[in-house]
Amino acid sequence: MTGSAIVVPIMLPLLAATLTFFFRRGAITMSLLTAAGTIAAVVVLSLEVMDQGPLSYTIGGWDAPLGIELYADGLAAVMLLMSAFVGTAITVYAAGYFSGKPAVARHFWPLWMFAWSSLNVIFLSADIFNLYVGLELMGISAVALLTLEGERDALTAGMRYLLVSLLGSLAYLLGVALLYGTFGVLAVQEIGEQMFPSPATWTALALVTAGMALKTALFPLHFWLPPAHSSAPSPVSALLSALVVKGSFYLLLRLWFDVFPEAVTPAAGQLLGILGAAAIVWGSILALVQRRLKLLVAYSTVAQIGYLFILFALLTPEAWSGGVYHALSHAFAKAAMFMAAGTLMHALGNDDLDTLDGSSERFPLSVYAFGLAGITLMGLPFSGGFTAKWLLLSAALETGQWWYVTVVLFGGLLAAGYLLRALAHLLTPTPTVKVQHEPARGTEATALILACVALLLGLVSAPILELLQVGAPLGSMIP
Amino acid sequence: MTLSFWMPVLVILTSLVPSLVIFFMTDAQLRARRALYLGAEIVKLILVLFMLVGIYYGAFYETRVALLPGVEFLLRANALGMFFLTLTAGLWLLTTIYSIGYLESSPNRSRFFGFFGLCVTATAGIALSGNLLTFFLFYEMLSLVTYPLVIHSQTGKALRVGRTYLFYTLGGGTVMLAGVVWLYGLAGSVEFTEGGSLAGVEGARIPLTIAFVLLMVGLGVKSALVPLHGWLPQAMVAPAPVSALLHAVAVVKAGAFGIVRVVYEVYGIELSQALGVLGPLGALAGVTIIYGSVKALSQDDLKLRLAYSTVSQLSYITLGVAIVGSASTVGGVVHLVHQGIMKITLFFCAGVLAETIGVKKISEMNGVARRLPWTMIAFAVGAVGMIGLPPTAGFISKWYLGFGAAQGGAYWAVAVLAASAVLNAAYFLPIIYVSWFRKPDAPFEEKLPKGRFETNGMMLAPLLITAALALLAGLLATLDVSPLQWTELIVGREFSYNLDEILP
Amino acid sequence: MTSVTLYALSGMVVVAVCVYGLVSYPHLIRKILAINVMGSGIFLVFLSFSRRVPGENPDPVPHAMVLTGIVVAVCATAFALALARRVHEVTRSSYLPEEQDPPEEAG
Repeated sequence: MTGSAIVVPIMLPLLAATLTFFFRRGAITMSLLTAAGTIAAVVVLSLEVMDQGPLSYTIGGWDAPLGIELYADGLAAVMLLMSAFVGTAITVYAAGYFSGKPAVARHFWPLWMFAWSSLNVIFLSADIFNLYVGLELMGISAVALLTLEGERDALTAGMRYLLVSLLGSLAYLLGVALLYGTFGVLAVQEIGEQMFPSPATWTALALVTAGMALKTALFPLHFWLPPAHSSAPSPVSALLSALVVKGSFYLLLRLWFDVFPEAVTPAAGQLLGILGAAAIVWGSILALVQRRLKLLVAYSTVAQIGYLFILFALLTPEAWSGGVYHALSHAFAKAAMFMAAGTLMHALGNDDLDTLDGSSERFPLSVYAFGLAGITLMGLPFSGGFTAKWLLLSAALETGQWWYVTVVLFGGLLAAGYLLRALAHLLTPTPTVKVQHEPARGTEATALILACVALLLGLVSAPILELLQVGAPLGSMIP
Repeated sequence: MTLSFWMPVLVILTSLVPSLVIFFMTDAQLRARRALYLGAEIVKLILVLFMLVGIYYGAFYETRVALLPGVEFLLRANALGMFFLTLTAGLWLLTTIYSIGYLESSPNRSRFFGFFGLCVTATAGIALSGNLLTFFLFYEMLSLVTYPLVIHSQTGKALRVGRTYLFYTLGGGTVMLAGVVWLYGLAGSVEFTEGGSLAGVEGARIPLTIAFVLLMVGLGVKSALVPLHGWLPQAMVAPAPVSALLHAVAVVKAGAFGIVRVVYEVYGIELSQALGVLGPLGALAGVTIIYGSVKALSQDDLKLRLAYSTVSQLSYITLGVAIVGSASTVGGVVHLVHQGIMKITLFFCAGVLAETIGVKKISEMNGVARRLPWTMIAFAVGAVGMIGLPPTAGFISKWYLGFGAAQGGAYWAVAVLAASAVLNAAYFLPIIYVSWFRKPDAPFEEKLPKGRFETNGMMLAPLLITAALALLAGLLATLDVSPLQWTELIVGREFSYNLDEILP
Repeated sequence: MTSVTLYALSGMVVVAVCVYGLVSYPHLIRKILAINVMGSGIFLVFLSFSRRVPGENPDPVPHAMVLTGIVVAVCATAFALALARRVHEVTRSSYLPEEQDPPEEAG
């Protein structure tokens, strides 16, 4: 069982990508079956990780360095769970969203399955070169998805995103080259064991960190994200904001804590932490002044990404868990938010905040989904965002870095500010709500369910955090 | 997994589940909704009374679940919590009956009752929470679920006020969160314990003081301590039942109740005294009492006058907490319930005036008692109670507060109480006077179809009941079931050390 | 300076030149070319490491990686070119519209 369960999250979507490319008819059915299969495999895998500790698997029995090795610990399992559940929701939502656009849907399904597969490759790869391949595949399929509808804004944003993404991946690849030159191995664990500080490893660290910060859109390298995420078709916006940025963030976590722990200095961690703090403030302020709903949500992503980077400055088991938990709950909440925003935008013609006045009367489910997802983004109880915030705050106080306490708390208020601004529009009744398209069946409910899951994450955090501690790099936060 | 584990959960679920179900019901399913709602309330009230008796005879109800590794979600009933829970559960039932009459034909009632039930759920959670984190969780939940009620009418003004409301409460909550996390860092876990749970934390005077201030800012917002009271008068834009239950009882009391919890059961009176934080808190309460009363004087809008009166009256509770001594504690804690019963009566009356004859301002109230005699009798009872005249419930609170202040040597507080009584009389008596003794300027506009009673019976009955309760709580204060006796049980049980030893 | 270091350093220089090209030339084709050549520079660095132990057979792993890398680079370049053509078709311009930059990034 061990072997097959770990391969399924990669192979199943890959198979589906191939099949949906050739057979257009059953694309939705195949994708839904893939989603169900992926969830089942990921749940089995997580239970095994919880039970037996980290799992390794060598594909086809070919050993490293030429073979492909897969590795799953608690972090990988949690990320896989995230991609499986959010991915399933995206599949359901897209089935409705693209129901009137067969030409676009035809390309969407194979590309989406491909992106999903490459995301899972990143979560499961045990060597740094395979991580590069996963990263590059994810980047290219993400850009292709973004430009699917061929609209002007999306094309230019996609072009910029592609260049940025390739630059980030190549920076990472150069880092890989330096690491291989220094250590002669590629496996994450082996390099980590041999790691020593030297100019070559520092250069490699700087390169991969810069590359991943660029791809994760860490302030001040976030310039490409808002146009890209806001101009994409809504299921793709959800996918980009919820999952794709988490892929490169995951890679950064792996590298810092599994590959480079001997080479990183506290000052480097502080740099990322400070940039994260700046992202929270700057992203939120820009979100406050946006006039379009999807841009507002995209800038909110810039701000929320900032929280992820604070853990690099705090460096305690609690902070690490808190950061990962934030990535997890943000994925659910942000996907829900983009879906809700997308439904409204599709129904009312555009996403100008003034146009969306009064949506709550016609589309209460979407407005509820937006509001509930907002609770997680603000980090209020009971939500996954609160759990993450609590862990980050405890860690910041424990390490005596009270300024991060201030930033994290203030960020929550800013989030309340920009979300309320949007909600005020959605709730203002107007006699002239012109509905251009009725939302497809299931799209509104999907967003609402995702938002509710983001809330539930605050109630069931104990078992998820326990899973996360399996093989956690800084040691377990559970005494 | 026994009865003692499930009771607190059940109490919360009895309001949570129906509220969530109601969201999925349409306004057309009126009867089913009413049956579900009222059924849930009666079940809840029975459960609460059952627990109340249990607590009296020394039973123990506790729900403990790990929320995070090392951090627990803890519900635990004790005498103080049950006191607050009984108040909200009882008044919830009355307010619901009132709302059914009040909102008879307005739109979005499912949404209203859904969120209303969620508010009561949050309040029950606040009453039952056994540690500071659980308290905070429900406290923030209360902020969120009241927002849709404040903006219920969805007018531009309501939305603006809703935003102000959320900023006050979320801002306060944010500050409070910093304090909560800090205390958890200092003490590991902060359970509400009789006599205080922080007694063991030594050598951290400054952090403890700062954390106390942070907590008080968070709690002060909801309990409308000056200068954090700005949201309360504005929130009066909400429908009358919301003003009545939430802004006179549940929300503001959550803040005051939190202050009682933090001072007595987190810090403990000895530690609070040693840190020197009670003096400033009492002074702030004194300022709020006078400020609220003075502002109330100049309001012509009835609900606004009542709102400022709430600002003032709430600080009686804080004042009672801040003055060290058993009598003032009794006065402060018993006012939690007394003020709730009296103020809800007044808000019910204000709602009846507005809905029945369209009167919202005091200048329009000439002779209203001729049209609505029962309502205005109830109003008079509430108003007299607020002033603190015997034999109403308000007299009992003030007597204990004043006695305690004198006993503790806080003569300034006695002066504040006296001044406040005069001011209360100055803004309430004219209302009673004009409504009974002046002639109406013009025939009243009738907004409701004529019925058997002076107004909708569903609205009249609750306010008569609460007015009667306000009288009875004063007249029968020596009876075993009165709020006063229960308060003495709390004070005797929880603060059982010798108070005289720590008096200055 | 050994030949390994020399090759590696030359590869780095190529990369550096291409990063400069990528950020300083606005024309899309130049940008894509810069990315493409940058990949080649990195492959050079990789290959330099295949002679890690002088006198022995070269290490095959970098070759495997470079081959994979070339495949990825070809795909990426092809896709980028196709996308650039679409951008040109829609906007009639071979440049990314600068006004699309969020205001704080301008300049």
